[in-house]
Amino acid sequence: MNSETGHSGQNEKTVTNRTMDVVVALIFMGVSALVMSDSWRVGASWAADGPQAGYFPFYVGLIMFIASAVTLVQNFVTRHPDLGNFVDRTQLVSVMQVLVPTVAYVGLIFILGIYLASAVFIAFFMWWLGKYSPARIIPVAVGVPLALFVMFEIWFLVPLPKGPLETALGY
Amino acid sequence: MEALTSLIGGFGVLADPMNIVYMFVGITLGVLIGVLPGLGGANGVAILLPLTFSMTPVSAIIMLSSIYWGALFGGAITSILFNIPGEPWSVATTFDGHPMAQKGKAGEALTGAFTGSFIGAFFAVLLITFLAPVIAKFALQFGPAEFFAVYLLTFCAFVGMGREPAAKVIAAMMLGFALAAVGIDTVTGQLRMTFGSVELLRGFDFLVAVIGLFGVGEILLTMEEGLAFKGKSAAINLKVVVNTWKQLPKYWVGCLRSAIVGCWMGVTPGGATPASFMSYGLAKKFSKNGRNFGKGELEGVVMPEVAAHAAGTSALLPMLTLGIPGSPTAAVLLGGLLIWGLQPGPLLFVEQKDFVWGLIASIYLGNIAGLIVVLTTVPIFAAILRIPFSVIAPIILVICAVGAYTVHNAGLDIAVMLVFGVIGYLFKKLQYPLAPLVLALVLGDMAESSFRQAMLVSQGHLSIFWSNPLVGSIVTLALVMLIWPLVSMVLARFKAHGSKPAAAE
Repeated sequence: MNSETGHSGQNEKTVTNRTMDVVVALIFMGVSALVMSDSWRVGASWAADGPQAGYFPFYVGLIMFIASAVTLVQNFVTRHPDLGNFVDRTQLVSVMQVLVPTVAYVGLIFILGIYLASAVFIAFFMWWLGKYSPARIIPVAVGVPLALFVMFEIWFLVPLPKGPLETALGY
Repeated sequence: MEALTSLIGGFGVLADPMNIVYMFVGITLGVLIGVLPGLGGANGVAILLPLTFSMTPVSAIIMLSSIYWGALFGGAITSILFNIPGEPWSVATTFDGHPMAQKGKAGEALTGAFTGSFIGAFFAVLLITFLAPVIAKFALQFGPAEFFAVYLLTFCAFVGMGREPAAKVIAAMMLGFALAAVGIDTVTGQLRMTFGSVELLRGFDFLVAVIGLFGVGEILLTMEEGLAFKGKSAAINLKVVVNTWKQLPKYWVGCLRSAIVGCWMGVTPGGATPASFMSYGLAKKFSKNGRNFGKGELEGVVMPEVAAHAAGTSALLPMLTLGIPGSPTAAVLLGGLLIWGLQPGPLLFVEQKDFVWGLIASIYLGNIAGLIVVLTTVPIFAAILRIPFSVIAPIILVICAVGAYTVHNAGLDIAVMLVFGVIGYLFKKLQYPLAPLVLALVLGDMAESSFRQAMLVSQGHLSIFWSNPLVGSIVTLALVMLIWPLVSMVLARFKAHGSKPAAAE
């Protein structure tokens, strides 16, 4: 967890800030092309009764395209390109340690419902990253979803996604 | 005087004891949100918004705005004790706050910060009380062209005053507008950018976006920094508080300056974060102890807090009078108004007097309540911060997921939130600002409809934006803001090249 930013060794290299900047600018240009083409499809000009539905978004897309193109060009014409490391390898690993389980958690919500999925997620996280003993994990992993259940289903009457377990219990 | 009578009426609304309870609940939740990483004013309010649907609008706005005040207070706790800004606007507070804590003067620093916050908020709410009705009355005469001009000014101000590269500000902003346009076009009923998907018919809800961008994105950033919370302990007792308060009156000039900076940055959507930095910089320049700044000077803690809180509070002024929020959190509150069936804008002051003045009165009381709550409960909140990140992080992610789901009771929104989380992380790292994206997403539909109405009036001629002095000056000011980065770049180049002759335009 202790990352040494600044003087990272060769093995910490991932991509430069410039590469990332260029990639994101290209994605932006792609998105704006999509926006412009769809706006053109619904009509981006002037009809008898006023501006068409695509009129406003078309220009939004156009401005986004130009702005991203400027970012793109700036990254190549500058005399001092930002060649710093975008993210250290250890940092990237840390980020992935959160992101990957979270993606799995969101997938689990669709299968198990939010309460059970949350319990599994919290338990996994505490066991994997926190190296806690089950005696510390179980109260938190069970308590938090239970508190949410009481708050949402009983107190505020806002239904959250439920899975087979809740159905078996009669909810 | 009319404002005073209305304000008294507003305090009458607060006489309902339930509203006072909501206020304290809101403040406490707000401080908690401000202290926890990944939860902040904007996404905290966004997550709790669906829970208020069953309340009356007045109670709901009191609770949600109290969360906002609480979050503004809470950011200072982590900055001073842990050197970790809980909120972006408390970064400047760490400069002198943490050194003070290291010297064992944490109590003084916290008292100074909280009192500074209170002073800033008080200035801003005075401004709101007396200026808001005037602006609202003035804005009643606005037509679509004037409204679009004000929207334009809001967005151009981001470009002119932002610290990020102008092209990136514009790109992020336009992405917000594009996302706002997804779904059914309100005027013609046509489908835009849905690409045949039923899920996209609903469009992108900015609440989901806010929870992802600010919540999940922040967790990813925190994880990257690999934080281990090692804080100083805080002891606040009456003696420390009184001793600190005795030192404050001599800073009155600085406080006034910071409050003005804060109010200006809050009303124009510069926001609390640049306001706090600007105020710190000014205080450093003008203070007698300027060279001690950064080593633990009380003045350096108070000034950024005054400005940040003044900016955070005065951000409600344009939201209430014009329907244009000055900060992402104010934008979320604005979204709340729309959901409760209230149309923000000048008519609010005519049609919903109870609501508006109840809210304004609650800002006065809320900040007094907030000051009391934070001064008495700091040790508890500091203890919460000692819970390791591997326990706190999954709980916050679960809360974010629940919050995203409850906005529309749509499971897919949780996945959308996650995508916005990754976007938030990338944007933060690449210096794309998040605030203009969120504001564009909130205001997109309204900005578009005012633009289309204005175009209808003029039959497609842009000249309508210079058709009278008012709209003309707003639009011109907006365009100046827009090209300001270019102008300052050219000026900087001239300075760098010394005495080269200026090329005629």
